Amino acid sequence: MSQTLTSEALRPGGGSERTLRVSRRSTLRRFMTRPEVGSLVGAVIVFTVFFTIADPFRSAGAFTNILYASSTIGIMAVGVALLMIGGEFDLSAGVAVVASGLSAAMFSWYFSLNVWVGVLFALAVSLAIGFLNGWILVRTRLPSFLVTLSMFLMLQGLNIGITKLVTGSVSTRNISAMDGFDSARAVFASSFGVAGVEVRVTVLWWMVFVGLATWVLMRTKVGNWIYAVGGDAESARAVGVPVAKVKIGLFMTVGLMAWFSGMHLLFMFNTVQSGEGVGNELLYIMAAVVGGCLLTGGYGTVIGAAVGAFIYGMTRQGIVLAGWDNNWVFFFVGAMLLLAVVVNGWVRTQANKR
Amino acid sequence: MSTMTETGTTPTGAAGAGPEKAPLLELRDVGKTFGNIRALAGIGLRVDAGEVTCILGDNGAGKSTLIKIIAGLYRPTSGEYLVDGEPVDFSSPRQALDRGIATVYQDLAMVPLMPVWRNFFLGSELHRGVGPLRMLDVARMRRIADEELRKMGIDLPDIDAPVGNLSGGQRQVVAIARAVYFGARVLILDEPTAALGVKQSGVVLKYVDAAREAGLGVILITHNPHHAYLVGDHFVVIKLGETELDRPRSDLTLDDLTHHMAGGAELDALQHELARGRGPEEGPAHDAAGEGPAVQGR
Repeated sequence: MSQTLTSEALRPGGGSERTLRVSRRSTLRRFMTRPEVGSLVGAVIVFTVFFTIADPFRSAGAFTNILYASSTIGIMAVGVALLMIGGEFDLSAGVAVVASGLSAAMFSWYFSLNVWVGVLFALAVSLAIGFLNGWILVRTRLPSFLVTLSMFLMLQGLNIGITKLVTGSVSTRNISAMDGFDSARAVFASSFGVAGVEVRVTVLWWMVFVGLATWVLMRTKVGNWIYAVGGDAESARAVGVPVAKVKIGLFMTVGLMAWFSGMHLLFMFNTVQSGEGVGNELLYIMAAVVGGCLLTGGYGTVIGAAVGAFIYGMTRQGIVLAGWDNNWVFFFVGAMLLLAVVVNGWVRTQANKR
Repeated sequence: MSTMTETGTTPTGAAGAGPEKAPLLELRDVGKTFGNIRALAGIGLRVDAGEVTCILGDNGAGKSTLIKIIAGLYRPTSGEYLVDGEPVDFSSPRQALDRGIATVYQDLAMVPLMPVWRNFFLGSELHRGVGPLRMLDVARMRRIADEELRKMGIDLPDIDAPVGNLSGGQRQVVAIARAVYFGARVLILDEPTAALGVKQSGVVLKYVDAAREAGLGVILITHNPHHAYLVGDHFVVIKLGETELDRPRSDLTLDDLTHHMAGGAELDALQHELARGRGPEEGPAHDAAGEGPAVQGR
């Protein structure tokens, strides 16, 4: 077993007297240092504001709509937050979602296969995109901004180019009459009733993914490694953490989430527009950052990213429900992002003061 | 894990080992060349259990190359490297670690944003449960890290505090404690006091002393002869890749050490030269010796 030095040998400065002065930080202070605290406060404020000013906001139906809007961003934010904690980010995530939906739709349509074959094909494509991002990153040691920006531009071109080649138009054919569509829709885009309101299945999946990712992050070796490679990759390597594998794995996790989101897109609307998805990658990053993830890596939680996505969902729906001009949504989202970053930083320094 | 079994079969309490016993670690006539550049030549080094061996040298003297050979990062191009009397040929730091040779580097291999206990076990996490439910044994890791650090009496605010919140000395001690806990028999400390203030250096040196008393062999790399003399049992001064001095504490005074460290004969000559221009009020070489390179730079 491991060894320890004897306590006699190890009391250089009168250890017992010193340890007496060690005081535990209070529970409140400890809570305040959690990365997602700032976003939780923000969520409560946004909720209260819309709850007060917009009558329709108060209905249960509106709330499930908010949850649905949050989940479409939130599912991707799970992968993006993990990646960001691991010290990288992915600008290709938005178009990767569309690439996934396009692959499934066109593959099963072109070869007249059961849609589940297309779903699996899309899974392979999405994981390959993630792997390629990660592999190029660790091979070239370029910053993820450049690697994923290139991937973003290439995918954007490929999405439209290949779709036009295969279908002759900019969107895929309607696949709703094909074999396996109903069961796939049940998994990716159905809804179910809870207490008289309809809830989209993505909300459920979102919570499952957040729970799973949080467990991995907090309670497994891999989670420890993710924080370590994001915090200080050189140090992590020195103690035996497989840095390259962790980074590639994280990009592939984003790929996995992009696959799921792409499948939702496809089975929700039966067709996929090849030019969509551009700009969404920044919303995923926004959700993660509002939730307390540091852009520089090594810090943050998936729960925070979920709260960030929820704030986005509330703002998006709230502005509509309050009867305001929809164009103001992004102004508020942007202002919120700025505020969240400033407040998060301030809370962190305050709470860490002894 | 092999680290565990290794230390299990060779107990660490070897402090009282007689001189007839093979040293924990020995280098014989070790040399290292990079292409046609000779970094080290004819270096001999012996580390016994319960002894602090200090390696001193100016920047570029070859200290880092020497540590890297001992730590398993480089292979020597000539000479022999023995652990417990048997020749070894390490091709990775992991192999050196498995033989109980642990290196605490200047950057400490710690992640500033992570809590102390997560850093303590990073790369060697403890688990409980099986299969897909195999998870970190957080309670045990926190308890052990807490115990180990309390034994040293470092004033930690909280075992959950990020390492970045600790002082330089505390960080250094956490790194040392980690190496010791994971079965180090030989502890290599690379400039542990380089970036620290007087008080923080004291904390680290006390702990070096404690590690010695616990029966570990310690290799302390430093360019501060005052720190070295406080804890060292044996002193090796390296200059331009060769051993300039290799003496036990009993044959050496602090003045000798600082003198050798600062360049010895070279400094005498330099002082002579400078004295001519500046007048006789310049102190003797030994007084200024601690700042030898600075004198040269003026």
